[in-house]
Amino acid sequence: MDEWGKRIMRMILAKRPPLPYWAQILIPFIAIVVSLCLSSIPIIYAKGDLFKSYFYLFYGALGTRYNFLETCVKSSPLIFTGLAVAFAFRAKFWNIGAEGQLLAGAIVATWIGINVPEMPKFAALALIISAGFVAGGLWALIPALLKTKLKVDDVVSSLLLNYVMWHIMGALLFGPLQQPGSSWPRSPSISELAKYPMLLARSRFHLGIVMAVVAIAIIWFINEKTVLGYRIKSIGANLKAAGFGGIPTTSVIIKTAMISGGLAALAGVGEVCAIHYHLLMDVSPGYGYSGIIIAMLGRLHPLGVGLSAFFFSMIIVGAQTMSRMTGVPVYIADVIQGMSLLIMLVAQLFTEYKIKVISK
Amino acid sequence: MSPKNRSPIVEMRSIKKCFLDTVALKSVNFTLYEGEICALLGENGAGKTTLMNVLFGYYACDDGEIYVNGKKVTFSAPRDAIAKGIGMVHQHFALVPSISVLENIVVGIKESKNLFLDMKEAKHKLLDLEKMYGLFVDPDVKVETLSIGEQQKVEILKALYRGAKILILDEPTAVLAPLETKDLFATLRKLTENGNSVIFISHKLYEVMEISDRIVVLRNGEIVAERHKTETNMRELASLMVGGEIDLGKRKNVGFKLINDEIKDVLRVNDLWVMGNRGIEAVKGVTFSVKEGEILGIAGVSGNGQKELAECLFGIRLPEKGEVYLDGLSLAFGNPFFTVMNGMGRIPEDRIDIGLMMDLTVEDNIILEMHAFRPLKNGILLNYDAAHRVSDELIQKFSIKTAGRDALTKTLSGGNLQKIILARVIYRNPRLIVAAQPTRGLDVGAIDFIHDQLITTSKNNNSGILLISEDLDEVFSLSDRIAVMYEGKFMGIVDIENADRETIGLWMSGVKESCA
Repeated sequence: MDEWGKRIMRMILAKRPPLPYWAQILIPFIAIVVSLCLSSIPIIYAKGDLFKSYFYLFYGALGTRYNFLETCVKSSPLIFTGLAVAFAFRAKFWNIGAEGQLLAGAIVATWIGINVPEMPKFAALALIISAGFVAGGLWALIPALLKTKLKVDDVVSSLLLNYVMWHIMGALLFGPLQQPGSSWPRSPSISELAKYPMLLARSRFHLGIVMAVVAIAIIWFINEKTVLGYRIKSIGANLKAAGFGGIPTTSVIIKTAMISGGLAALAGVGEVCAIHYHLLMDVSPGYGYSGIIIAMLGRLHPLGVGLSAFFFSMIIVGAQTMSRMTGVPVYIADVIQGMSLLIMLVAQLFTEYKIKVISK
Repeated sequence: MSPKNRSPIVEMRSIKKCFLDTVALKSVNFTLYEGEICALLGENGAGKTTLMNVLFGYYACDDGEIYVNGKKVTFSAPRDAIAKGIGMVHQHFALVPSISVLENIVVGIKESKNLFLDMKEAKHKLLDLEKMYGLFVDPDVKVETLSIGEQQKVEILKALYRGAKILILDEPTAVLAPLETKDLFATLRKLTENGNSVIFISHKLYEVMEISDRIVVLRNGEIVAERHKTETNMRELASLMVGGEIDLGKRKNVGFKLINDEIKDVLRVNDLWVMGNRGIEAVKGVTFSVKEGEILGIAGVSGNGQKELAECLFGIRLPEKGEVYLDGLSLAFGNPFFTVMNGMGRIPEDRIDIGLMMDLTVEDNIILEMHAFRPLKNGILLNYDAAHRVSDELIQKFSIKTAGRDALTKTLSGGNLQKIILARVIYRNPRLIVAAQPTRGLDVGAIDFIHDQLITTSKNNNSGILLISEDLDEVFSLSDRIAVMYEGKFMGIVDIENADRETIGLWMSGVKESCA
């Protein structure tokens, strides 16, 4: 066995000098192209026509006005969860709990949406949106406090709280929030006052999409122009050095977590108030988890998050058309999503390291 | 027993070792005789540990030869050294806390024939060893439940189990309580009675005189003296260790500041006790003050509490008890922002670990300690125009070599990293600068620059400077007064005019004698 060990070459990872800025920007795009190429393998395996499949994937996402606007509709929750994760990750607060925070927002939006008294529509919407934001923020406060006060790992606590919130939602939907007379876990419909306005005719293009774009701008502003943004960046780069330099690390991490949770919650508010108009167990098909991939693919930059959320939304919406037209299962969308994350992570590794072959 | 009637067991001939551009060992000849305890004495950076790491196969030497039992050997890894009967116990133990003593001892041993380890036989062998050397540790308890002294026994047993006849101990008493030290010495004597040889790395004169047969003194990568214990005394060893007389004419800090009670204290420390990471007190009741415009140098071998003292003053480590006054203001412990706000400039020992954010830009690091104040902070906004101005100004003024304020900090050299910290400290006109090992690992040019800046700031800005350094030359060159820290206490404070190297050397080694 030793002989073998001596004969084969050894490969090690060696640090490389930092890549130029344009290369850093290019990487997510390369990752997307490579993952689309690699996704050909399962498409061929599913006996799909490759050219036709990709054509319908993009046609389904962008080909008609309606398809394009549907892709925008789908991007809205993904932008919010992606921003939520990216904002927290910049401070190295590993918020894997966007899913639970989303559900918290959805639950609160539903509850207020059902019970909202007569008032001007803008006031009702402002109430629901801010209450949803606060609900998600408070749910994210739990892992933040556990991390800063008790040094509990934030990955584990924020992840597990997703299941807690899912079961809370289940209990509510089989209990106080259940539609009277129904045996299904669904809530009554929300009041007309609570519904997001539709902004474009013959589509589901709603207020939440504009809010998501505004959120991108606000997060960019916080990151680039404010003291808080500088502090978050510093904490993410070196927690000890940031603390040594006088930054109140605990309070910054708590603020970061609450803003992150609030953003994720807005995804849930939008799903209830613009898509379903009631709460159901399937309110989120894992938007919170997709947000993690989107944040990584967007390199934690708000604009990058916007782009990668739109790309993801294209894949999800387009995969349905592709599936209808070619018979390739819609699950191909999940394959492409997962693949793009893995390739992104590998590509990121190679921006900092190169493989060095050592022959003994 | 004179070494003459013993045969050499290890001979290292003209060993050279360089790290990048610093010479760690310049042609060292070292001999170890069978059955002796040989102490390697020297300051930090004298080359003791490097020399032993070469012998143990950790480092390949650039030049020179090693003979074990008269045969020439080349070690490319510690396992080669272990195969020749050499064992080493490092300052930081390499034990797995969550598994048992026995498992720790057998882990990594290749049994050539069997696929599985015979744990029963291993335990038997271990118990025999324990009996033979009086090193009693329960083989079945988990290492995490053991005291530091017991863990050290496990390390020694590990080496013996692998057949070590030559044992290297790197500063073994640094982590031990006095009683444990006594225990260790008894073990070492037993080892030599059984024909083993021991190399004992230390800077503590009392211990060296107590335990060793022969003493080898290293300074700046060279062996400056070898003495049999009976031929020497602590005073001689101390002056050998720290080198000859200092020429005060060569001081960078020209002129002495007369210290008297009329000058205001910028730092006053009263009976400060600080716990170290190992759960033992690292700073044991120090009291001193730093005056306006004064440079107070704290000399001492590292690991005697200087780091904990500095961290406590920086606001990143809580003391057990004691008071600190910064410019008359009672210092809020554990609050770095308080120190920043109230005029303490801080140069940390671990500049990369706690001083800088290596993945951010030069500017991000320059503004770290000033971003919470005007003009940089403007409500919730950060005024990046002001940040750019300050960064450009400081990069120029401190001639920081970088591609610009937007360059990533990790692309800078060590000297320039330290300049970033120095720049952000001096920019705020601090009342006091606490500089911990400010020039360690830097090149001569950067060292000169940093020294000049510290002196200028103390003179022009009337800032007090607390210089904590293990480099005695630096302390002599800059300080107005010198204090020596040893095992968490001050051995004494002396004006530079009355300080002589021999006394300081003795103080650093734990020998208390008044300055003559």
